[in-house]
Amino acid sequence: MWEYTDKVTEHFENPRNVGQIKNASGVGDVGSLACGDALRLSLKIDDNIITDAKFKTFGCASAIASSSALTEMVKGMTVDDAEKITNEDIADYLGGLPKEKMHCSVMGREALEAAIADYRGLSLPMAEGEVVCDCFGVTDLEVRRAIKESNLHSVEEITNFTKAGGGCGKCEERLSEILRQTISQGLKVVSVTHKSKRMTTLQKIKRIEDVLEREIRPGLKMDGGDIELIDVDGDFVIVSLRGQCTDCFKSQTTIKEYVEKKLREQVLDTLIVEENK
Amino acid sequence: MGTAEKIVYMDNNATTAVAPEVIEAMLPYLTDYYGNPSSMHSFGGQVGSAVSKARQSVAALLGCDPEEVIFTSCGTESDSTAILSALRANPERRHIVTTRVEHPAVKNLCENISTFTGHKYRLTMLKVSEEGMVDMEEYLSALSDDTAIVSMMWANNETGVIFPIAELAKIARDRGILFHTDAVQAVGKIPIDLSGLNVDFLSLSGHKLHAPKGVGVLYVKRGTAFSPFMAGGHQEHGRRAGTENVASIVALGRACQLAQEKMAEENSRVKKLRDKLEEGLLASVPKSLLNGHKQMRLPNTANISFEYVEGEAILLHMNRFNICASSGSACTSGSLEPSHVLRAMGVPFTAAHGSIRFSLSIYNTEEEIDFVLDKMPAIIANLREMSPFWPGD
Repeated sequence: MWEYTDKVTEHFENPRNVGQIKNASGVGDVGSLACGDALRLSLKIDDNIITDAKFKTFGCASAIASSSALTEMVKGMTVDDAEKITNEDIADYLGGLPKEKMHCSVMGREALEAAIADYRGLSLPMAEGEVVCDCFGVTDLEVRRAIKESNLHSVEEITNFTKAGGGCGKCEERLSEILRQTISQGLKVVSVTHKSKRMTTLQKIKRIEDVLEREIRPGLKMDGGDIELIDVDGDFVIVSLRGQCTDCFKSQTTIKEYVEKKLREQVLDTLIVEENK
Repeated sequence: MGTAEKIVYMDNNATTAVAPEVIEAMLPYLTDYYGNPSSMHSFGGQVGSAVSKARQSVAALLGCDPEEVIFTSCGTESDSTAILSALRANPERRHIVTTRVEHPAVKNLCENISTFTGHKYRLTMLKVSEEGMVDMEEYLSALSDDTAIVSMMWANNETGVIFPIAELAKIARDRGILFHTDAVQAVGKIPIDLSGLNVDFLSLSGHKLHAPKGVGVLYVKRGTAFSPFMAGGHQEHGRRAGTENVASIVALGRACQLAQEKMAEENSRVKKLRDKLEEGLLASVPKSLLNGHKQMRLPNTANISFEYVEGEAILLHMNRFNICASSGSACTSGSLEPSHVLRAMGVPFTAAHGSIRFSLSIYNTEEEIDFVLDKMPAIIANLREMSPFWPGD
């Protein structure tokens, strides 16, 4: 049995604002029967202020509680403030949700966005993008957003928040790729400031080791390989591939396309990576 | 939850209450008779006799010889032991036949068999019809000289649908293929007589028939090649190492005696209660439907889908009235997809997410059935009122 907070149980047992507003200013429809949960949020907006909110939800206790909480939260808010509500805000309002149920709060946020977009006569940006998870119809944009907003670090967490990967599991590889990309994009911003600095060899080694450990090894290890830093001589970085990578015909590509690219991005853009045979 | 609260327990395919007679029988083996059945002194020896007696009671319920009964820790252990033993006995054969509706104890083992054996196997998972029955033609055409074992459940835990095990086992035997059946849900609920059947392995679990959790049985037909699951002592004639879980084995023996005594009641009074519940719900709740074959079904199980509402939400509202049942919805299965059994049967998503399994036992009463029949329509109507898909009555 799930461990729900008292507030989740209370909202589930006594949901607020059930129903549908006639002549609503904006309606957001998310989820589907096939997915196992769906939410229709309707908003009444006067002078940019949300004066009424009602919901209809098909789903489990936490989906119903999240919807109910959301309507309570947005009533009386300006549209601009409501727009800033995140799924974490909804979960916090309920005193937290089990991690496997975080997607219920994401559904709330998505419905709110959809209703606001409908009010403004705009189309939803998230629905564009490439569908990564066919089972639940989740796009790469939605996945990237969840990774950034909720600071996700594993495919399992992505599934808990977006449902992507929770069906047949065929998209897991793609999800971990998106995870790697999204995280490294975040890091790039930080590392840019270091890029042009002059570094001592020791600093260089330290930073190269860091990047290898954080970003390159995990990927190689998934394929049964590994990488070791042998030497740093000026701009030349000598590495050795281990395990499965040793006799992989793609090893040269790995070194140039992957390792060198990463190190150039994050350490120094003049680095040249060579393999120690 | 306080024990004083009245619980309406209709989740007996998940687990059952330990029968008072069973507790009475096992208690002395947790207090006075703590000896090791393998010991040479009579203090231990008398415990050994109690284990033998329990073995006879299990054999009597199954219609087999006591020597064909191996005590294990649970149904899952019995399933794994049987299937892995059959594969080791036929190392040249690399094909397994099972169904899409097996319990995870069989399904997950078969789907990950190379992890456990170090070899690759071809796996055929037979389809089932809308009513949850296997297609004989597909079964026949799946079998080949390469098939090492067929594993098919006797009765389905979610729907209660009963497979024609006698016929299925004979077909396998005629082709020289070993046959295992996971009978965890069938034993104690419907009569079983292994003496005339071609079943090589059968698994059962104590806690599904009013014995405690943590004890099971693997039946191995005399003459069937067998290799144990784990290495160790000589217990169970060298077929299952580890000091016997004496008190629970005694309990299981007593539970099997009781099951035999109450078999007629299970198939008459309990079945009547189930039918009353099922017919009542289907009549009083619009857009509700029965999952599984109407006749070929355990007498205690009713799996009903309430369209356009979600199972977890239904269960939690039932919980407020202390009514216990299960659901095949995604949110309760621990995954994000609804029950693999209902999906294999082609139950539409509109119905699969809102499926509720009621499973009764001899301890249920007519008042309880009336209570549930009284509460359910409002629970479903309330949730439908909230559902964006509900088209209205």
